Amino acid sequence: MDIEKVAEETPEKIAKIVIDPAVGMQAFQSRQLAFTLDLPNEAVGVASRAVMKCYRAFRDTDANLLEINPLVLTSDNRILAIDAKMTFDTNALYRRPEIFEFRDKTQEDPRETIAAEHDLSYIGLDGNIGCIINGAGLAMATMDMIQHAGGEPANFLDIGGGASSERVATSIELVLSDKNVEAILINIFAGINRCDWVAQGIVDLLNKRDINVPLVVRLSGTNVEKGQKILKDSGKKVITAETLADAAHKVVDAWKSNR
Amino acid sequence: MSIFIDEKTPVLVQGITGRIGSFHAKEMIDYGTNVVAGVTPGKGGMTHLGKPVFNTVQEAVEATGAEASIVFVPPAYAGDGIMEAAESGIKYCVSITDGIPTHDMIRVKRYINSAKPEERMILTGPNCAGTISPGRAMMGIMPGHIYMQGKVGLIGRSGTLGYEAASQMKELGIGISTAVGIGGDPINGSSFVEILKHFESDDETQAVLIIGEIGGPQEAEAAEYFQKNMKKPMAAYIAGLTAPTGRQMGHAGAIVNSSGESAADKVEILKDAGIMVSPTPSDMGSTVKKLLKGM
Repeated sequence: MDIEKVAEETPEKIAKIVIDPAVGMQAFQSRQLAFTLDLPNEAVGVASRAVMKCYRAFRDTDANLLEINPLVLTSDNRILAIDAKMTFDTNALYRRPEIFEFRDKTQEDPRETIAAEHDLSYIGLDGNIGCIINGAGLAMATMDMIQHAGGEPANFLDIGGGASSERVATSIELVLSDKNVEAILINIFAGINRCDWVAQGIVDLLNKRDINVPLVVRLSGTNVEKGQKILKDSGKKVITAETLADAAHKVVDAWKSNR
Repeated sequence: MSIFIDEKTPVLVQGITGRIGSFHAKEMIDYGTNVVAGVTPGKGGMTHLGKPVFNTVQEAVEATGAEASIVFVPPAYAGDGIMEAAESGIKYCVSITDGIPTHDMIRVKRYINSAKPEERMILTGPNCAGTISPGRAMMGIMPGHIYMQGKVGLIGRSGTLGYEAASQMKELGIGISTAVGIGGDPINGSSFVEILKHFESDDETQAVLIIGEIGGPQEAEAAEYFQKNMKKPMAAYIAGLTAPTGRQMGHAGAIVNSSGESAADKVEILKDAGIMVSPTPSDMGSTVKKLLKGM
């Protein structure tokens, strides 16, 4: 059953109960759901117990989602789960080692696995412009700005707060490991971060290896003058930008003229 | 007036002796915030940054009259710290911590809401940059100097995107009454609507900018509230037009699960409600300027 379609077209067909987190799901609530389904009396008890067990599984594994679809009633009144899907709260994995063991790295984008190991938040996309940004909202906004300027982002990457020079260097390596990347934009609005750390990370990496794609850097916020001076004094080929719009246009222009 | 905090508000720092808590407590004091005490269990009796440290929030409130608290506590214990603040009579609480388990936040909200509405603590965050009333007081981790004092209320789910908006506004000579970070988690202490109510009744605030993103119903609820209850003009920006469906974009709450949660859907809903929407993130400042001109 396509539950999203049901929700959109005939929302009245979805039965809902509200669980008070202080006391948890009560037996009458699971019964209520089972009776709503118009099951034969013989099946109501089984269905109601299944609902209660789902709730407990959801609660005891720190799940974000537990979906059984389809759930079927057999001709001899048994209730069977034919397929199921669960997603878990990654923030709670520290206290759910039994769930953490299920992690199968072969099913992940290897770039995302490397990113996770460095505590970076990375999502691979289909475009050509690599992005390195601090803060999830600013990262999304910068990707939107790149598209607005006529380019397509190759990834989402949030380096987070307290970005050391090493983290910045790791981020650039990670973005470059995507062979589709033909230009890079680094956009940092430093609050907890320091622009000079970020600039030093960029220069350190450029001293170690050459980057054969254009690199645009926009720094703003804490220690911005120091950061800009480090970039300028290094003599490395870095295109600097003042504002978000300026940065997005510069990286798209550089990408186009470098193709 | 600003909302939630001003130069007089007595502020408590939970986790003041930790590395992060200590660093930002100092920044807050330097900004002019009236930090009266800190709390670190087991370190009661010592003095840190010139402020007394207490073992419990209750002791700190009784001794200093603290009314607001900022919680710098690691994710596994942050929910506990927020509930301790609520129980001890704190009126306004900011939770900075990123990574609190969702099921913990479900319990925290239930706990806070068990108090009578008139006695209920207001929580903003978690996973936010905090709240600042420019020129008066700062409870957060933001660079204070990028905010200019003025008459626009700012509410955002993202920290750094909020900085971007504040600096664009300052560049155009537009000041802020209070900037409130509500955080990027799926369950937060206060939603846009709850903060909008405060801005609507604040004499000093003349207009509001909200910065939303993909995921969740909060922006649509804000649009409905604006249409039904607000006289002050409002502008908005929504991040994530290029975000793919079903992927969590950094923030735990930034994920498009169902219809109405994508950036494009939200932009449409906000525009339909008569809210001025900034077409790109670099137009947030100029959109507010246009909004103020039309008043």
